[in-house]
Amino acid sequence: MKSSLLSRLELNRRRDLAFKHKHLLGIQGLTSSEIVSVLDTAESFYEVSTREVKKVPTLRGKTIINLFYEPSTRTRSSFELAAKRLSADIVNFNKQTSSVIKGESFKDTILNLEAMNPDAIIIRHSASGIPYFATTFCQHRIINAGDGSHEHPTQALLDAFTIRQEKKNFKDLKVIIVGDIIHSRVARSNIFLLNKMGAKVVLVGPPALLPVEFKNFGVEIDFNLDRAIQGADVVMMLRIQLERQAANFFPSIREYRNLYSLTEKRFRKAKKNAIIMHPGPINRGVEISTDMADSAKSVILKQVENGIAVRMAVLYLLLGGKKREAID
Amino acid sequence: MRLLIKNGRVIDPSSKTDDTLDLLIERGKIVDIKTKIESKGVKVIDASRLVVAPGFIDMHVHLREPGQEDKETLFTGALAAAKGGFTSIACMPNTNPVNDNRGVTEYILSETKKNSVVNVFPIASITRGQNGAELTDMADLAEAGAIAFSDDGLPIEDSQVMRRALEYSKILKTLIINHCEDKNLSGEGVMHEGYYSYLFGLKGIPASSEETMIARDIILAKKVGTPIHIAHLSVKGAVDIIKEAKKKKVMVTTEVTPHHLFLTDSLLENYDTNLKVNPPIRSEEDAQALIQAVKDGVIDVFASDHAPHTIDEKDVEFDKAPFGINGLETAVSLFLDKLVNKNVISLRKFVGMISTTPAAILGLENKGKICVGADADLTILNLKKEIVVDVNTFKSKSRNNPFHGWKLRGAPVKTIVGGKIVYTSSS
Repeated sequence: MKSSLLSRLELNRRRDLAFKHKHLLGIQGLTSSEIVSVLDTAESFYEVSTREVKKVPTLRGKTIINLFYEPSTRTRSSFELAAKRLSADIVNFNKQTSSVIKGESFKDTILNLEAMNPDAIIIRHSASGIPYFATTFCQHRIINAGDGSHEHPTQALLDAFTIRQEKKNFKDLKVIIVGDIIHSRVARSNIFLLNKMGAKVVLVGPPALLPVEFKNFGVEIDFNLDRAIQGADVVMMLRIQLERQAANFFPSIREYRNLYSLTEKRFRKAKKNAIIMHPGPINRGVEISTDMADSAKSVILKQVENGIAVRMAVLYLLLGGKKREAID
Repeated sequence: MRLLIKNGRVIDPSSKTDDTLDLLIERGKIVDIKTKIESKGVKVIDASRLVVAPGFIDMHVHLREPGQEDKETLFTGALAAAKGGFTSIACMPNTNPVNDNRGVTEYILSETKKNSVVNVFPIASITRGQNGAELTDMADLAEAGAIAFSDDGLPIEDSQVMRRALEYSKILKTLIINHCEDKNLSGEGVMHEGYYSYLFGLKGIPASSEETMIARDIILAKKVGTPIHIAHLSVKGAVDIIKEAKKKKVMVTTEVTPHHLFLTDSLLENYDTNLKVNPPIRSEEDAQALIQAVKDGVIDVFASDHAPHTIDEKDVEFDKAPFGINGLETAVSLFLDKLVNKNVISLRKFVGMISTTPAAILGLENKGKICVGADADLTILNLKKEIVVDVNTFKSKSRNNPFHGWKLRGAPVKTIVGGKIVYTSSS
């Protein structure tokens, strides 16, 4: 047992040589082999969470700050558990009980947290580009846990891990991503990743939520779910935010549900062994019917489970092993 | 005081002059222009290998005083203008309080008289407090010295109010300037809407937000029969609309800034807030169309839309940063390097667009030209001088300029206002 872990870590050490980044800001900055190295590393950490003692000493003595400016259930606890299972110390920053409420700026908040000498800061924020902004003045490692409508790299990596688990490889898979594409960081990171891995991506949604310029991302777009879902291997549904209706992105929830909700009838047009994914939180009965969300084809909770292994891999690749020259 | 400028290449678009000439200046006026002037007891400037142009006029700047003196003051804004080669600037009314009454206009003019090294012409607001609803006392403001009227970044949304403003401007010899933007279409946008806004996950400002309001304003100006000036053109579609309107003899004039000509939206990849400006930096295709429009004469004027903001305001997340580029001290070198020295436009055309034409549009009779009797406002240029933009050397109080580090060829080396040398470059 112990020796197998050691050999695994040795394997990881070799992998991390292939992952020379100081930060994880987005999928855009990663190569396909780096993505594979994250997924492989995650596979070796996957088993840790199934043990009775769910802990390895890999990151003992490292300090990580979980800086969440937006509400989050999955990503925040997933990063926290990932850090703890690697024996790192993690501090959770809660915007509501912080000096942000007193008007402290983002930059000052980071500078103050940095003064406490963490090894990495995990940031979730509603402003696109915030992790890049942080790297302009912060010396420590930055991990993007979702910035505005821009990127959510660990979500795309855990989605990829889940797809690989189910489908073995990405080549020529038809993945449809359905819903509020324009506002979705999950969609963007998944588009970048799936493109790099050779999958075929089709985006689906009403025109106001799916501008034609997305074609330039190297994907297909379709306003008709019934057509797009035909022959799909992976059906990825996105949460529809109810306030979008007020801004006339679509006329009503009823209308949206009629056109874009994943129902059993629609899902029958996908490939027989197709899987259903959703980054959460789900609106049951809106973008996905309850029977679909809970069906045997749904891997929604597997995504959540896999999130921990993938985030352990990311933390390990950035913080573990010997200090080495980072390339960015 | 008398001043003799010798051996300069004198460019005057109004008389189509492009010759090596001497200029004699006395009591703030040009009193003699000849191939050779000999005069004793005068201060002499040797302008050999330099260009002597009528003083540059920037009809779109924000000087922030009164109310936002942490960003800029009338004093520092004027210093920045002089360093940038401008002898006259027209300042927008979005101060605090808004320049919507005689008191503010008079304050700007009296402060300018006391402190300013360049001429400052206040632009008053069209509506009270820029509220878009009630017209200001335009005749009173014009009498106090307001040179034009604009609601600046809060364009008049109500078409009836715009029509009334244009109608009222007929009884005054004044100009309505509009920043054309349908704020409903812009929404919470922070950059040009297009491929790059979707890539960077930033909310977009569509080209249509500018185009629709320009089309409306042209229709209204045509109906009313008054001139209108469209501020900072930024998109190709707007160029097409203006081109059509000019063909139909609508009295419309337009301006363009260096940042809309020489920057494109892909540069926002690092979320640099110094690139956040309204109208936003547009696509490559738009920038190309603007350069073509300059060449074709569809665009009349060069302006900077100088909009200073403090470092603290700009050093934040992109969504939160204020819109605006600090442009007075880089505009002329950018135009010289990118347009004149690369032979995109002639030197005479450039001087026309940055001096003669803005003077004509604003009705500044004795400015924008070099002739006997004209104001001795002059900009002396060295077309070969190499500079590296360094925001830390700015005279402006603020530093928000995205051209920092750019190497440019061509720069103003001396600025003369009313016969007084107000700026001389260090080397």
